[in-house]
This record gives sequence, C-alpha cells and structure tokens, in this order.
Amino acid sequence: MNNPAEKPEIYQYVGTRSIRPDGVDKVTGRARFGADYFLPNMVHGRVLRSDHAHARIVSINTEKATALAGVVAVVTGADFPDIPRTMIHLGEQQADIRDIAENVMARDKVLYHGHAIAAVAATSLEIAEQALALIDVVYEPLPVVMDLDAAQADDATLLHSDQVTMTMTGPVENAQPSNVAMYMPLPKGDVTQGFEKADVVIENSFQTATVHQGYVEPHATLVDAQVGGKTRIWTSTQGPFLFRTQIAGALAMSVSELQVIPTEIGGGFGGKLSIYLEPVAVILSRACSRPVKMVMSREEVLRASGPASASRIWVKVGAKSDGTLVAAQAKLEFEAGGFKGSPMVPAVMTMFASYNIEHVLLEGYDVVVNKPKASAYRAPGAPQAAFAAESMIDELALKLGMDPIDLRLKNAVDAGDLAVYGPPFEAIGLKQALQAVKTHPWYGQPLAENQGRGVALGFWFNVGMQSSATVRLNEDGAVTVVTGSPDIGGSRASMALFAAEELGVPPDRIEALVGDTESTGYCDTTGGSRTTYATGMAVVEAARDAVQELRRRAALTWELPLEQVAWQQGRAVDLTAVNDPLPLAELTANAGQTGGPIAGSAELNAQGVGPGFGVHLCDVEVDQETGATKILRYLAVQDVGKAIHPSYVEGQLQGGAVQGIGLALNEEYLYTDEGVLDNPGFLDYRIPVASDVPMIETHLVEVPHPAHPYGVRGVGETPIVPPMATIANAISHVIGKRVTRLPASPPRLLALIDQ
Amino acid sequence: MARNHVTTTVNGEQVEYLCDTTQSLLSVLRDELGLTGTKEGCATGDCGACSVVADGRLVCACLMLGVEAEGQQIETIEGVASSAGLHPLQQKFLEHAALQCGICTPGIIVAAKALLEKNPDPTEEEVRYWLAGNLCRCTGYDKIIRAVLDTAKQIQGVSS
Repeated sequence: MNNPAEKPEIYQYVGTRSIRPDGVDKVTGRARFGADYFLPNMVHGRVLRSDHAHARIVSINTEKATALAGVVAVVTGADFPDIPRTMIHLGEQQADIRDIAENVMARDKVLYHGHAIAAVAATSLEIAEQALALIDVVYEPLPVVMDLDAAQADDATLLHSDQVTMTMTGPVENAQPSNVAMYMPLPKGDVTQGFEKADVVIENSFQTATVHQGYVEPHATLVDAQVGGKTRIWTSTQGPFLFRTQIAGALAMSVSELQVIPTEIGGGFGGKLSIYLEPVAVILSRACSRPVKMVMSREEVLRASGPASASRIWVKVGAKSDGTLVAAQAKLEFEAGGFKGSPMVPAVMTMFASYNIEHVLLEGYDVVVNKPKASAYRAPGAPQAAFAAESMIDELALKLGMDPIDLRLKNAVDAGDLAVYGPPFEAIGLKQALQAVKTHPWYGQPLAENQGRGVALGFWFNVGMQSSATVRLNEDGAVTVVTGSPDIGGSRASMALFAAEELGVPPDRIEALVGDTESTGYCDTTGGSRTTYATGMAVVEAARDAVQELRRRAALTWELPLEQVAWQQGRAVDLTAVNDPLPLAELTANAGQTGGPIAGSAELNAQGVGPGFGVHLCDVEVDQETGATKILRYLAVQDVGKAIHPSYVEGQLQGGAVQGIGLALNEEYLYTDEGVLDNPGFLDYRIPVASDVPMIETHLVEVPHPAHPYGVRGVGETPIVPPMATIANAISHVIGKRVTRLPASPPRLLALIDQ
Repeated sequence: MARNHVTTTVNGEQVEYLCDTTQSLLSVLRDELGLTGTKEGCATGDCGACSVVADGRLVCACLMLGVEAEGQQIETIEGVASSAGLHPLQQKFLEHAALQCGICTPGIIVAAKALLEKNPDPTEEEVRYWLAGNLCRCTGYDKIIRAVLDTAKQIQGVSS
C-alpha cells in the first residue's frame, strides 16, 4: 500500500497521494508551533505546582516572590473568579466548568501531585523559576487515594465532600458523598436468562495502567490580554473554538472578548482538548499589562496534563457450542483523576458494540483518585474495553476450538443490526475487515517456538458536529481553503483534495489554511475522528457554492440561462455548444467585470456519522527468560469509508497501532505510595522508538459511508482500539496463560510466566 | 550575571551571540538567534526533537551549552534546504507522507541526513537504530523509515 504512483479509479484527485499544502513549511523548520511565537515586550510565566498529592492549602505567601527584581506578576487561586458549578457543552461531551477552572489553578485543595497552585511572570525564565522557589505554601496533608479500591473503600477519604454518585438521570438512590462520580448501566435483555442458555461461560478481570498521550510538543501558549481590547491567545490546541469556550467559562468572560489563534500543533491525541496554561497566562498578562508566554516542561506535561485513565474491567461471557454469543456482562471501573469525567461512558458503549448478543448488562463506574484529571486519549475508553472484551472472545475461541476470526464473523454486526447502545448500523465493513485478515498471507503462516499470533477487533463511533469552510478563488485561478480545524495529521491535504475534485483544479494550486476564531467560522474540535468527515463536508459544500457562482458568471458572459452552463474538469461548459469552454482561471481573472470576487462558503452540523471498525493481527516472540516481547509482524485492517489521501489514512493506522504497542508492552505511570509520579520523563516513561517496531502493514477496506458526499468515515481513533487486545492475545498463546494486566512489561510478564 | 560572548558558525554563516553560562545551545538557537526550527520536546536528551550537528557530530542541542559552540560548525534544520531547493530527504519525506503533526520532523531530517553522510546505503535495521533517539508519536515510524531508505536509494542512483 505504499506505492505513491497508485491511481484512483473514479475521481481525478481524491484518492491520490498529493503533497500536503503545509509540507514544505514542516520539513524546513519554518512551521511555527506553540513555543515558536514571540511578542515585543513579552515576559515568561511559570507555574508553582503542588508537592502533595492530596492536601488542604492553609496559606500561600507570595511576598518574597513579588519583591524579587524582574518579577512582574504573581497570582494564586484567589486571583481567579470563583465559578459556580455548571455543566457546559464541549463538543463530544459535557464538562463541569468549575472542575476545569480548579484544575487550571487550585483554590482550597490540591488533588494531585503537580496541581497548579500559583504562577509567576518575570522578565526571564530563570527569574521566574527563582520566584517560584520564594513562594511559601503551608499545606495540611490529607490521606492519599491512589487506586480504585482505596477510592471505593467504606472508609475512603473523599476528594470532594460535595460529590455524590450521579446517573444519566440524576443522583443514585440514597446518595451519600462518594468518590464514585458516576454510575452508568447499559442493560439489554436478561443476562441471567442468557447465561442459562449458554453452553460455555467464562469470566475474568482485566487491568490497564495510567498512561499518557505522549505528544512530542509540550503545551505552550502566548497571551496578550490588553486592557480595553481583545485578549489574544496563541496556543497549541486541537480546538480553538473549544478553547475559547473553556477559557471564557473558566474566567467568567464572554467568548467575544477572546481571540484564539491556533499555532501548528505538535501532536495531541485528545490531550490538547483540555486547557491548562491559557487562563493562567491571561490572568498574569492582565496583572502586568504585558504579553506572557508559558511553556510546560516535559516533566510538567507528564505530572499535570493528559493522562488516560487506568481501568479495571470484570467481564463474563456466554456462548453456545456453535459459537453464538448469548450473554455478556461486565463491570467497568475507570479512574477519573482528581476530577470526575473518565471515559467510562464510551468504554461501556463500545465494549460489545461489534457483536450481536441477545443479553447484555454493562455497568460503568467513574471514580476519582489523586492523579491528574484524565483527558481524552484517542478513542477514549475503547482500547481498555476492547482489551477485556477481545481477550474473552479469544479465550472462547480456544475453549470452543474455533478459529478466532470465524468466531468473530459468526457474531459480528452488519448493516441493519442494532448496536448494543441502541441505533441500527448503516453500511459498515466489519465483516470485510475480518475477511481481509483471514485471507492475508500472514494468517496461515507457521510460527516458530516462543512465537504467537493474536487477533482482535476494535470499534469507534466517530462524530460529525459543526464545521465551517470558505473557498476563495484568486485572480490567477489558484484557490485558498480556510477552515477552523487544526491540522494534526495532514488534514490540509484532504481539504485540498476535496476542493481540487469539486473545482477541477490540481491540488498543488490549492492552499489550505487553518484560521483563528475571528477569521473563520465556528468549527468543533479536531477530535472524534471528525475533521475529514465534517470539515471535509463543509469544504465540499463551500466548493460547490463557488462552482455555482462560476457557472453564474459564465452564464452572464454567454447570456445563457444558468441551466445551460455545466462545470466540468475546471471549466464552464456551454451545453448549447455555441461558446468555447471558459476555464476557471479566465473566469477569476475577469471576475471584476462580472460581479466581483468569487468565493464559496458553507456552515453545517454534520449528521449520520460513519462508525469505524478495525481488525488487527500481530505475531510476537516472547523471550521466556527475560519476559521481553518482540513484535515480529503487524497488520492493521480498517474500514475507512473512502481514503481521500491514502498515505495519511495508512499513517493513522500505523501510528495508532504503534501507540497501542506502547500501551500493551511498556507505557505505565509509576507512582510512589505518596502519590508522586516516579517516571516523569521520556527516558522512564518510554514510548516506542523506531527500533522497537517493524513496518506496520495496512489494508484499507472501503465501504462508503452513505451520509458523506465522498463516502468518508472517521479514521484516526479506531486504530488504537485493537492493539492492546491483539498483542495480549498473541502473548497469551505463547505462554499458555491469559495476560490480564497491561502493560505486559518484562518484569510483569516474567512474574506471570513463573506463576 | 555577566554573559559570555561566543563566535561560531551556524549553517555556514559566522554568528556572534551573548549567552548565559548555563544556557543550552537549544535555547541560544531558539531564543537568541531566532532559529525555531529546532524543537524542544523534553530538554533531557530523550526525544531528539532538537537534533543538530556540531562539528560533524549529531547531538541534542538541549544537552550542549551555548558556550560550547565557540569556534564550532553548527548545522540546523534551517540549513538543510538551499536556494536550489529542498534536500532529497525533505522531498522524500513529503512524497512518502513521512510526517503527521511535524514536530519531530526537523530533528529526524537532521538525524537522517547525518546518517546518510556516514552510511549512504543503510539497511532498515541500521536506519531504525540510528533514529531510535528521535521520538515520533504520530506515524509509527513506517513511512519515516521508507522515506530515508528511498532517499538513500535515490542518492546512490545519482552517484553511481
């Protein structure tokens, strides 16, 4: 799949491997990321972070810091507005704006080691660091709650005394203050009856660690908060409009007082949907009337941003002897960190969404602990749920003596089937993806001693939501596309290809830009695998709007009715065959004479999103002396709807697979008993490096999604769902024992082998 | 604190700057010289985003002091392309879509260029181990490795 000369079948440009519009900037070092912005008269901001994982703040004395030469502002929680508890809409989910504000700057309590408690702005970073050391904080330490058991014990220390367990419809019955923030059941049929019908019933419990998104670019922002003017915020974000909403909410401002300018973004994977530094920089900038730049260190990134939830999932499944799944039950517990809001809900909804099962009961628990507030991470919750579910399907295949792909094919959902969470699926390519793995030459290949093969599937919803786009035609016939969706993995290339196809203009004549919150219409985040789907749909509609105008100008020139003018391959064509075709560049050159500049725009709320299904295959070799696992071969297959730029689609599959390899084999937050992260750097929180992995083979299944003009379905998140289960299954087959806890790092695996 | 006067050569051009004794070469490049193509991902030498070449040796600019550059030849990503056009590696990175977010790309191109200058015909394994100090979280490395191998093949083809 890596032949750049590969030709598409029905489209002229869509499906080709064009050069991305921002490519030259990115390979020459010209592209400006979050930390690459500077302003005249700028000062540097730094954050003082908590030394305790759980403590009451008794007092903060900033006098000595304020007196230090070069310090221009010192702020604490008292300088931030006291925001009432309010749920606000943040695109894919709702969030409590008070939690967000308290996570950005603690008020009365610190809830994790590294929680922000004060900040300083100074004329140099060194002075700012010295000033932090001069701030006196008196803490009253509280017992530290570091895991699910401690948080749910009868005598557990409460993180939030006013928190009770909520359900989707209100508090649970007889609600008492609790570290369990939410309980969500998802029932279907009657599981007790279901298990009675089963010939085989198995159960097990699975655990995953706290991990980090691991983007290479640390959080960075530059803020100029002018008195009486707009507050301008340059920042590395997945969603400038989402950030505007959150920052305005946290600071009790109106969104129109803020201009958020997204810089190039050096990775996010969900972690740059959360605000951290921005409100702090606004308050500092206001206090000193100068622009303030703030950049996190890697240690701060790991201690105080991101992480993805640790989880524990107990699961029980029942099947007939012919492999028909009849019942599934699970209890899913997810750590939320210091504030509620783990991805427990999507974990519950995705866990068995790929299968037709008559009787299901899934129960999810969102549990607060003294760790950083969990942020979204690529298909939030789904990889953990798939690890548990797909390990059980693998175990069932062994018990029943069935091929693991045949067992999945027998139960897999298809068009018209109801998802476990309710609605019916439209056209989907799960079965095609399973078949593609089964017929792949690797599937039958023999394995040597200490080698094993694993298979698992993964599901992610994908979302649509709001997007805007403008398509402007320049005098020379070149095209500028502007959207508000930050380009995190090459989406500008897709936007250029959509416009190229609609207008009949080669992609190298198309510039694709990411605008800010003032220069472009509202766009929801680059998240939920929605950018090529929804923002792409807006670009298609905006280009069609421009084509309509081009036809109108040609009709005017030819004095023909609009219906007599068609748009074909970049030219207006006279259907009465009297006039020669008018190329786009001629129409744009003469636009001044025919009514002025030509452009198109579109604003939409994309509906009917296409779910993504992926199936992965992995061969491993386990060194049973050391517990080390080597990935020998890796295949990622996915229904992508339609690959607009196949290279960047393959790149999503390959990148997701390798992130998953990291989660399966190595990545893990290690905490001391006091709740201090022991591995806050890339040396010890080790993400996969080039020599850890082989080439990642990809195969794209294309079942077009009916709601999108080009059949696109979201791509980016699904690829991280199957890997943990795929690799755990492969290892389990080598050692003859079920891997139930990830990462399967060498010491942990060795302990399991020796058990 | 008195600052140090340093004279060095960056991308073939003689430059002078003042820096603190404790200031890293990375900070000098970015904050004193405006060369922001070299990125900071960790400041502890673990991610390779700040890869530069100092007197022919591939180093992490965050692990070298600005004062150590005195009299040296420093090469950064800004010096890889010339007025004649992109370096073959840069062109191949674009053709192979060997970048997604692009934050690691400058460091990886500088590192890969250093590899091909030492070893013009590396195996896949040699490329993987040479680039093991350059983290990329987006691509899974596949297309990066292919772009480097393809560049080597192209340069070999031209020179043979």
